[in-house]
Amino acid sequence: MTITNYLVLAAILFTIGAVGVLVRRNAIVVFMCIELMLNSVNLTLITFARASGTVDGQVIALFVMVVAAAEVVVGLAIIMSIYRTRRSASVDDVNLLKY
Amino acid sequence: MPASLPVDGLLSVAWLVIVLPLAGAAVLLLGGRRTDRWGHLLATGTVVAAFVLAVACTLQLSDRPGHAASVDLFTFIRTGGLDVSAGLLIDPLSAVFMLLITGVGALIHVYSIGYMAHDPGRRRFFAYLNLFVAAMLLLVLGNSYVALYVGWEGVGLASYLLIAFWYTRPAAATAAKKAFLMNRVGDVGLALAIFLMFAQLGTTSYAGVFGEVGLLAGGTVTAIGLLLLLGACGKSGQFPLQAWLPDAMEGPTPVSALIHAATMVTAGVYLIARSAPVYDETPTARTVVLAVGAVTLLIGAVVGCAYDDIKKVLAYSTVSQIGYMFLAVGLGPVGYAAGIAHLLTHGFFKAGLFLGAGSVMHAMDDQVDMRRFGGLAKRLPVTFVTFGLGYLALIGFPFLSGYWTKDAIIEAALDRGGWSGWVLGGVAVLGAGLTAFYMTRLMLMTFFGKARWTPGVSPHESPPTMTAPMVVLAVGSVAAGFLLVQVFPLAEWLEPVFGEPAEAAHVVAPAVVGVVVTAVMAVGVLAAWLFVGRREVPTTAPARVSPVVTAARRALYADTVNEALVMRPGIWLTRALVWLDNRGVDGVVNGAAAALGGSSSRLGRAQTGFVRSYALGMLGGAVLVAGALVAVTTA
Repeated sequence: MTITNYLVLAAILFTIGAVGVLVRRNAIVVFMCIELMLNSVNLTLITFARASGTVDGQVIALFVMVVAAAEVVVGLAIIMSIYRTRRSASVDDVNLLKY
Repeated sequence: MPASLPVDGLLSVAWLVIVLPLAGAAVLLLGGRRTDRWGHLLATGTVVAAFVLAVACTLQLSDRPGHAASVDLFTFIRTGGLDVSAGLLIDPLSAVFMLLITGVGALIHVYSIGYMAHDPGRRRFFAYLNLFVAAMLLLVLGNSYVALYVGWEGVGLASYLLIAFWYTRPAAATAAKKAFLMNRVGDVGLALAIFLMFAQLGTTSYAGVFGEVGLLAGGTVTAIGLLLLLGACGKSGQFPLQAWLPDAMEGPTPVSALIHAATMVTAGVYLIARSAPVYDETPTARTVVLAVGAVTLLIGAVVGCAYDDIKKVLAYSTVSQIGYMFLAVGLGPVGYAAGIAHLLTHGFFKAGLFLGAGSVMHAMDDQVDMRRFGGLAKRLPVTFVTFGLGYLALIGFPFLSGYWTKDAIIEAALDRGGWSGWVLGGVAVLGAGLTAFYMTRLMLMTFFGKARWTPGVSPHESPPTMTAPMVVLAVGSVAAGFLLVQVFPLAEWLEPVFGEPAEAAHVVAPAVVGVVVTAVMAVGVLAAWLFVGRREVPTTAPARVSPVVTAARRALYADTVNEALVMRPGIWLTRALVWLDNRGVDGVVNGAAAALGGSSSRLGRAQTGFVRSYALGMLGGAVLVAGALVAVTTA
């Protein structure tokens, strides 16, 4: 079993996540797509760690999970407060900060 | 140098002569309205005190070996190689000027007490007069060209302030500006001459410059001489900078008498006489001085014949008489004493004439048009007699002041020999004839004939404060020439400055010159009587006149030439520069700002507020970076 399959899977996951961030309007879905991208990166890190026989990649993946958890907390809080004031979770409705 | 003797007695406080009027000006200007009631008396007092001190200093000077005293006061500028110390040089030449300035100045201050009695700006007037006297004294008493320059600019400033004394009149304000600007042209010349002295000799003191001027290259000395002459022309109203002097008559009449007849305008003559050692080294510059004097003498006399404004006729007469003085000092050693003597007698009679004109104007409600005078001899007896004596002195009536000093100049010109001597002598004699013509015309139109007064005017004689100075000046006009030429010869008094007077060659016998000049003068007087005296004077100037008269009425087109040659090109240049500034300099600066602002507002459009477009941007950027990394690592 080569690492190619893992890497291809990670690439597919990352692409799905990126496309989701760009095309979906619902902030929650955008958020979940970002998680998908982060996890695809985690998969890549663990794949390379396994292939090289070191634990460096796994350690970094753990860090990413922690940071992602913290980010989810902050992000969800922002989405909640925007929803409360504007009665919408669409990212296109939040466009006041512009030229 | 005998000037290095220790200075003692009154000479050591000679600086008080300058400081007294200066303090008077300071008190009057800083004291404000508190000094309104007694300010004019203080101002007159300071000048009278300065005169007394000047007389005492001169008496002490005449007992002093070498007749010169150099008083060091303080260091004015010391920087690098430039070391200018302020000091006074009192020698026969500056003493003569000191006496003239304080003496005539004091008389005119007294006169002004009466003349300006009802003017609301009297205090300001006396303050400026005092300022002028102080600056003029500094000009003649300073021991270096820098001190002279400070005084030179001071009198320019005082002249500007006094011409524009009635500054609510547009004509006065314009005349003051014109005088200031034309003086500035001359001042640039003087400043350049001083720079040149410093660059070439490293010193500006008279002693230093005159000691080393012989070591300079001929071209440099000529340049210094010509630049000094330019300065002198500006201040003295000589060709080609003569046009400001007649316009300066917009000032109060005592100003015309003091500044524009007796003292300031003679500063140019003083400058050239003082710089005699420079001109001794450069015959070229000296010849130019001669030419300027001769040309101005004729211009002034010709224009003076055509004007109807009494003060402007006297002003052109001043231009013409200073032309005589330039002619005299341009002749070199033979002419210096004659020129200075004429300057002194002219100071008396011209100041007297101007004060007389002021008295006439005072009587005629400030009318200056001679066509509106006539028959004033009976109404203004004192003015008539004093004015008449000044008139006789000016035209060179035998044995009055002008006769002695003008004849001396004509003799000196003829003594030059050769064709140039005859030409210069001829010009001077012709000028004497013209002088007799226009002054007789002035006398006839003002004091004789029928009264042509504006209805409602009732002439009355001026108060004693005005007539007393006129009487003193009239006595001076009668006696000064005889005293200065025969009794106390000025030539001998000035010997320490100009050296032993050369033995006169007497190309033409002095007696013959006297007879010829008197005859020419008589012709001028007769011509004036034929043209003006024996017929009715029309109250408006005749319009159908010969081209010569038209040209003379327009001051020989001096203003036209100035406007065509200087003013219009100047305006064009200014406009071109303004255009270049607006379009060029401003264009670059404003263009850069507009380009930055425009591009930033266009770039700002990218900030749409849509988060997903930002995300696309980030992705695109990340892809670019990653692509670049791949490209770099695989290459």
